[in-house]
Amino acid sequence: MSHSLTSPVAASTSRTPALEIRGLGKSFPIGGLFSRDSVRALHGVDLTINRGEIVALVGESGSGKSTLARCVARLEKPTRGAILIDGVDILKRDRFQASRAFRSQLQMVFQDPFGSLNPAHRIEHFLRRSLAIHGKGGGSAEETVRRLEELMTTVGLQADMLNSYPHELSGGQRQRVAIARALAVEPQVILADEPTSMLDVSVRIGVLNLMRKLRDEQGISMLYITHDLASARYLADRTAVMFAGELVEEGESLDLLSNPAHPYTQLLVSAVPDPARAGSYDPVRRAELRQAVMASTTCAFDGDPNQACSAEEPVRHQVGDPENRHWVRCHLYRPWAGAAGHALAGEPTPPGRPASNAQEKASA
Amino acid sequence: MTISQVSFGSHEPVLDVKDLTVKYIGDTRSTTAVDRVSFSIGTGEVFGLAGESGCGKSTIANSIMRLLKDPAKIAGGSISFGGKDVLAMSPEELRRFRWQDVAMVFQSAMNSLNPVLTIGEQIVDIFTTHAGYSRKESLRRAAELLELVRIDPARLKSYPHQLSGGMRQRAVIAMAVALKPSLLILDEPTTALDVVVQQEIMAQIKELQRELGFSVLFITHDMSLMVELSHRMAVMYGGRIVETAKAQDVYTNPRHPYTQALMGAFPPLTGPRVPLTGLPDGVKFRNIPDLTEAAPGHFVAPLGADAPVIDSADLAGAAR
Repeated sequence: MSHSLTSPVAASTSRTPALEIRGLGKSFPIGGLFSRDSVRALHGVDLTINRGEIVALVGESGSGKSTLARCVARLEKPTRGAILIDGVDILKRDRFQASRAFRSQLQMVFQDPFGSLNPAHRIEHFLRRSLAIHGKGGGSAEETVRRLEELMTTVGLQADMLNSYPHELSGGQRQRVAIARALAVEPQVILADEPTSMLDVSVRIGVLNLMRKLRDEQGISMLYITHDLASARYLADRTAVMFAGELVEEGESLDLLSNPAHPYTQLLVSAVPDPARAGSYDPVRRAELRQAVMASTTCAFDGDPNQACSAEEPVRHQVGDPENRHWVRCHLYRPWAGAAGHALAGEPTPPGRPASNAQEKASA
Repeated sequence: MTISQVSFGSHEPVLDVKDLTVKYIGDTRSTTAVDRVSFSIGTGEVFGLAGESGCGKSTIANSIMRLLKDPAKIAGGSISFGGKDVLAMSPEELRRFRWQDVAMVFQSAMNSLNPVLTIGEQIVDIFTTHAGYSRKESLRRAAELLELVRIDPARLKSYPHQLSGGMRQRAVIAMAVALKPSLLILDEPTTALDVVVQQEIMAQIKELQRELGFSVLFITHDMSLMVELSHRMAVMYGGRIVETAKAQDVYTNPRHPYTQALMGAFPPLTGPRVPLTGLPDGVKFRNIPDLTEAAPGHFVAPLGADAPVIDSADLAGAAR
């Protein structure tokens, strides 16, 4: 069994994206047994990840990014839409549940490295099991051991840690084991759901660097789900912004974060603490952005000759140079009424409240 | 409003911690969680304590509030608050000291509200218990308090689950400043919140601090957030302070390798994409010596002979 990455199949389909999501939707029923109400967690999501590309999906909690990950990982059954890996719709191919073939194409790395490794087993067990189940262990025992050591080296761990138990490792080391476990299967796509948010800050960047190295050296594509815009900018080639279960903007990461076009993206970017930034918190501007997200009456891209504005259809306007593949959803399109993010649904700050008034009340 | 415009407060320290040592004493072995830590906080000053999990920053907060429970023991040092010795306070003095002099907002404070009492009942409780106001007067003050953190006073009748996470956190902050304490301890006040809400809460705290003039001990692992809010800050590692200076000085010119690693752990939002390194796995600092003044007002622990060497070649290697 060879581990070469340029199999004939891959070479012939190198034009096909590694992962393509088309019109994905997911509704969850709410209320009692006979209730017909449902909450729309995802709606019409289109996202493409090319080979050897890292795409970041950012948004606040409740925006639907984890639901998207769970649908793509087949932990949740999408209500509608298609998920294509190598151009094959896996929802049609594996109709009822994820097949082993699918699992060998797509692997996951979860948020919590403390919960995702069984404490009763040595590190070797996790990796050996992945290799055995997917038939990647090679023919002989020596070959398997060589593979195990190779995996540990790839993720930057000592081979003698194979004999350790998870509790003997730090959070960063555990997350590296989780990545090694995903790699053992030789997947095309890794789905990483907030892989660094539970790690200590000083080791986070090491895990991000490892993910970048895997992309560069092994051509693995990744969907990196995070709420940390700065890390998305650091790691991902492209970034997609999700709000209320729909994508509102997508583009080359540096371009998107320096020229955010959608008010929601602007809201997110302006909220990131950054000591280097000159401006500061402006409640009036904040209220305007909230208003523009929830019920915009104007679109900055009105008059776009290619894409006329529409309040009904989620029209994508091109932003700047086509090379950056940066688009924004028409501002006129309103988010689904039942899906207002809790951050935005919160009571808007009354603009321009005089400070003297507050002083009076405070000292009353 | 930027930090440079905030007055630095007087040099009269509100809180003075000297050589504080806290040990967790076990049957077979003991751990020193906080090791000879000294710092002071001036009137109206925001002092930040940065560090990763396990470095002892929350233990310090709990020591100041005298909340440590067995097996934790204060093994040495002193904590004085406005000239009073906190470690020698009687239970009755402590009761007054907590909440009236020093209030604390805990890490998951929004989950510390009582789910079966309305927000109003919980705030009224503070006033009737600690300030001895009548119920009617307490209710009036509770409504004012909510207005102060921009929550509609009608919410007094709401139960905690009816409020969003950000509103609950604001309600908890309002409760903390209810009795106008002179020191507010914030232990990771926004960790569980989204960035947009986080920014609003921080702006709220800044505004309250300006209006009410209390001092703040701000504990977090997020360096960017800390630099934005604090006047002065200290970086902790393994129970010791490795660096302390004005927040802007630490940000622009971090001197200790651990501080540099912490700074390097946060990718910037602007500028070109440069490889960062963080702290390479397995790098440990041991036997951290006392601070020395490296520049005016900038104190750094000198690196001992046994300090790990992180040279730039290593860093470049790790980034690749």
